[in-house]
Amino acid sequence: MKPIETKQEYNDYVDKKSPNSPIFKNCFNAFFVGGLICSIGQIIMDFCKFKGMDETISSTVVSIVLIAVSAILTGLNIFNKIGKFAGAGSLIPITGFANSIVSPAIEYKSEGYIMGVGGKMFTIAGPVLVFGISSSVIIGIIATLFI
Amino acid sequence: MNFLQSIDWMGLLKCFIVGGIICIIGQILIDKTKLTPARILVIYVTVGAILGGLGIYKYLIEFAGAGATVPLTGFGANLAKGAIQEVKSLGVLGAFIGGVKASAGGIAAAVFFGYLASLIAKPKIKKQ
Amino acid sequence: MIRLGKQTIKLNNPPTIVNTASIVGPKESEGPLAKYFDQCLEDEFWGEKTWEKAESKIIKETVNSVISKSGIPSNDINFCFAGDLLNQCISSSFGLRELNIPFFGIFGACSTFVEGLCLASVFLDSGAANNILCATSSHFCSAEKQFRFPLELGNQRPPTAQWTVTGSGAVVVSKVGTGPYITHITPGKIVDMGIKDANNMGAAMAPAALDTLITHLNDTQRKPSYYDAIITGDLGHIGKEILIELAESKGFNIKNIYNDCGVLIFDKNSQDTHSGGSGCACIGTVFSGYFFKQLKNRKLNRILLIATGALTNATSSQQGESIPSIAHAVAIEN
Repeated sequence: MKPIETKQEYNDYVDKKSPNSPIFKNCFNAFFVGGLICSIGQIIMDFCKFKGMDETISSTVVSIVLIAVSAILTGLNIFNKIGKFAGAGSLIPITGFANSIVSPAIEYKSEGYIMGVGGKMFTIAGPVLVFGISSSVIIGIIATLFI
Repeated sequence: MNFLQSIDWMGLLKCFIVGGIICIIGQILIDKTKLTPARILVIYVTVGAILGGLGIYKYLIEFAGAGATVPLTGFGANLAKGAIQEVKSLGVLGAFIGGVKASAGGIAAAVFFGYLASLIAKPKIKKQ
Repeated sequence: MIRLGKQTIKLNNPPTIVNTASIVGPKESEGPLAKYFDQCLEDEFWGEKTWEKAESKIIKETVNSVISKSGIPSNDINFCFAGDLLNQCISSSFGLRELNIPFFGIFGACSTFVEGLCLASVFLDSGAANNILCATSSHFCSAEKQFRFPLELGNQRPPTAQWTVTGSGAVVVSKVGTGPYITHITPGKIVDMGIKDANNMGAAMAPAALDTLITHLNDTQRKPSYYDAIITGDLGHIGKEILIELAESKGFNIKNIYNDCGVLIFDKNSQDTHSGGSGCACIGTVFSGYFFKQLKNRKLNRILLIATGALTNATSSQQGESIPSIAHAVAIEN
């Protein structure tokens, strides 16, 4: 190997030396777990409709149930094991959003229930709400031009 | 007719596959880029809101049901859909009300259960 | 003491490492070096309410243990150099607040242990002190919380990530004694080769280790083969390989005598620690637990200990800064 002189050379060399994540295995796991979580959501949805709820309410029930289950699994220290296995499979569904709120809430409990739990709860999920809600406001304003 | 007989298995398969594929895209972002989980979630919710605002995402929901609503893109699309609907009845004020109103259940559940979990659970090391 | 070459100091009255102590967490207790540590904890809290309190307790108990093992009354220990990874070094200052020994809080990230040894050696050789205590600690959970994500977050660790060692290592160094002696110190320069990935610390720190290693060898006009072992702090599997190749490209073959504490402390395959251990306690516990005993038993007689540190924090990595790194070396000989 010839001596490395520049930062660029070193970065290229490190990229070559660093092992990649096992992407095929990860994608397979993500597909399987992600699909499974969505299917569970679908079954809950079907059940709500079967009980006579409308589309919007059913959809809300699905979110609430999946969020509640994720919160419990996070509290029981199980969600992080699922997450390690599934990667995006548990991150991308609404379960990942719930986990990203519950995990800092538990972690920062040691800083108190107001500024610790209450304040740090949104350290990861906060941006999701900021960007999601802001986009919806912009879209709503644009929509006024067309209605 | 009981509930089990009413399940649409074909629909469930479509839901599984679409939900799975949406997650695969996320996995590729995790493995191939240096994006943190928070950034990936932000991308998903924003893309979902844009697709929802353009009226495209509803076709995916029609096709895959929960396979499209459960991933975070569905959360984004729902925010956008709520804003547009509320604009129809309230005008520009609706842009500020509709989004959060439509996703209120999910947001409130996450906050409430998050707080509840923190009261009960203790931080633990991951044994991985 | 005199300065050799660019940045090495040769100690005329080489101080003796009198004794060492080490306490490690549960994961380290399952690793290959478990039997060498003084105490293995069963849980990360050790009866405390927070990770931070637990880390303070670990360093406190390690320091108490090394003082009693050294046989030197704590009144006769003149100074203490200690540091850790938590903001403003709170583990050390909180853990050692009842120690009643004049205290220098030092920060060199994971290089802190050897930074302490360097400073202690100069103090002792100059006559400013007779006995000095050096200690460091790190804790997987408090480090994850401060630098990365909450433990409950369901994220995946990339294969280049390293596992912060939970534990503490402490040594007492004296002006007079029967060895092992600290004969040379080579404080390192800050080296930044532009690595930005906080999940690839080994690669970020390897160039700093290389710089200190080559400077030390040139300054002392020694060959790598002079040493029985060259040991780096926490480059991990990837950083270790990189350092071997970088050294080779500069004409130094270290392959046979070189190892890394981050590689030694965990079993990569069974413990799923990816690229290996890291943290102040990595070199702290492995030197205190393992290498000191090897020196005492004369299984090793000359070692070069190079502690590596990534001088970064959570803010700088969010701001997209690269990771400046450092490596300090001490030569320890019988």
